[in-house]
Amino acid sequence: MSTRALILRAAALILLVAFVTMPQLFAFAFAPLTANNAPAIYNQGSLLALTLSHVRIVVLATLASTLLALALGIFVTRPAGREFLPLSRSLVNIGQTFPPIAVLAIAVPLVGFGEKPTFIALFLYGLLPIFENTLAGLTEVSPRTLEAARGMGMNARQRLWQVELPLALPLILAGIRLSVIISLGTATIGSTVAAKGLGEVIIAGLQSNNVAFILQGGLVVALLAVLLHDGLGLIERAAARRLGRPVDEIA
Amino acid sequence: MNTIPSRTAAPGTPTLRPTLHLDRLGSVIAGLIGLALFLSPFVTYRANRIVSGEGRLLVDALPPAGALGTIVVVLGVALCAVLARRPLIRLAAASMGLGVIFPAVGFSAGFVTPAGNTFARVSPAIGFWLLALAFALIAADALTRLRFGPWGRLVALGIAAGGLALLLLSGAWNDLSLMKEYANRAESFWREARQHLWLAFGSMAAACLVGLPLGLAGHRIPALRNAILQGLGVVQTIPSIALFGILIAPLGYLAANVPLAAALGIRGIGAAPAFIALFLYSLLPVVANTMAGLGQVPADVIEAARGMGLSRRQRLFQVELPLALPVILAGIRIVLVQNLGLATIAALIGGGGLGTFVFQGIGQSAIDLVLLGALPTVALSFAAAIILDAIIDLTQRGAHD
Repeated sequence: MSTRALILRAAALILLVAFVTMPQLFAFAFAPLTANNAPAIYNQGSLLALTLSHVRIVVLATLASTLLALALGIFVTRPAGREFLPLSRSLVNIGQTFPPIAVLAIAVPLVGFGEKPTFIALFLYGLLPIFENTLAGLTEVSPRTLEAARGMGMNARQRLWQVELPLALPLILAGIRLSVIISLGTATIGSTVAAKGLGEVIIAGLQSNNVAFILQGGLVVALLAVLLHDGLGLIERAAARRLGRPVDEIA
Repeated sequence: MNTIPSRTAAPGTPTLRPTLHLDRLGSVIAGLIGLALFLSPFVTYRANRIVSGEGRLLVDALPPAGALGTIVVVLGVALCAVLARRPLIRLAAASMGLGVIFPAVGFSAGFVTPAGNTFARVSPAIGFWLLALAFALIAADALTRLRFGPWGRLVALGIAAGGLALLLLSGAWNDLSLMKEYANRAESFWREARQHLWLAFGSMAAACLVGLPLGLAGHRIPALRNAILQGLGVVQTIPSIALFGILIAPLGYLAANVPLAAALGIRGIGAAPAFIALFLYSLLPVVANTMAGLGQVPADVIEAARGMGLSRRQRLFQVELPLALPVILAGIRIVLVQNLGLATIAALIGGGGLGTFVFQGIGQSAIDLVLLGALPTVALSFAAAIILDAIIDLTQRGAHD
């Protein structure tokens, strides 16, 4: 990453932290967007608390979906789970046609309002990209590599942990990154079912016709998304670089 | 019981002892079916549309003969899932199962509702949904294994749609709460459905009109490429409800100050910001895939076309675009599925669409009203994905011939 890009990222991070901790400093920028002396900065709760709970639910849901998606992805690529592989492939394709808001709306009748339906929607929707990429990563490990590992006397467990998973890691991380970005946006919709998050700010803006609120909520989520996207991208590239040489030697 | 040679037997070696093969996936699904059939309520009965209800097991939800018949069929499907190997048999069994439980749940609604009671509501409960899921899983697995071509998949979709239409038009579901919600607002349902389709397809068409030339420009002029992709990438990070909201301000200003805009029906709230937001989200997949599709046309093919004396314009329309078509269509598939889902959010800013019922339902905690908006949305995205996948396969086949 070039120095200029790094400086831009650092500036975005500082802007984000400054904005959520001391939003009043930025009131001047939002004041022109309000009408009838409406408040320029969200005043029905702390932006910091909302941001933290927004991030918390995204992180928790992504952790849960990562665990399950990894376990499922490993299972269906083992001999014992082969019979489930074709179906799980089509389920991933079908699942992605489900709109997130529909998942959220269908979860509400089952578990009620609040954090729970949002968590379920984020969890279910987050499963798909991670599972898809885990499958792609594990099935793309070349048979020759596996044969070589077997020839070295590795058992199935060693092959999984020392060969297959490390080789699949960059793709799995890419899936996690995609899942996080989708979840950040979907979590804002969660506020329509009373989950604590930045969607509250946006919806308050929609209800009181205050563009300043809408912009603030959107801006914080967008900054979070850009920063997380880049941060996770760095980890991904590091994982790929670490693999870079061995992969080339084998291929 | 039928006996099937073990799958592990080496091909060509005759098995001396017939062994019973148990399908692992089928066994899991059979377990799900058992759970749904005997331990979960089949329908929920509520005294009126918003109070919480009580579950009724299948045996209490249908008259004895009907319940027995349904249980026999469902168990038969479960047995098929465990024992049958041929995908066609499994598909037929799953279709039969679906063909029984869907009318059964509608019939059950009429049976459970006390005669003359117009306030009581009956909805499908977790047991019904689990059964439907189990049968759908068997069918999806069988369809995957059958590897239908594009036409086969379209026919399967047509049959499923026909079955659903028959179910709804025959009135078999009229006693279900979902259909009562529909009957109460049939007119607005179709209006919002049309609005939903207009938002999704209209913004997709607009994105194609703008995105294809933009993608072409990015392909031809490398300096533009990154700028375009990065700019559109930033748009994608803005959460949908925020983008819908942010657009209210400039459009409201436009409507107040430019008479032509107001005459065209552009207002701050309503369909215009929703349409533009969907359009903005749609640009990235269209533009990125146009660039990718054009980029993968082999240089020697273009060289050959030049050698044949084709002009620049002829090369573009007769060689490059046809070869890039499958990739461009893949971008359009992403856009369409995404738009059909996102158009639901338009209701939050008064843009209409099926989301109207979702948010009304959430507001009134009326579950079936939520479903009235959500289920057609899911069905539309699902059908759009299957149809476009089939079209992509067909164009790919054309390109390879």
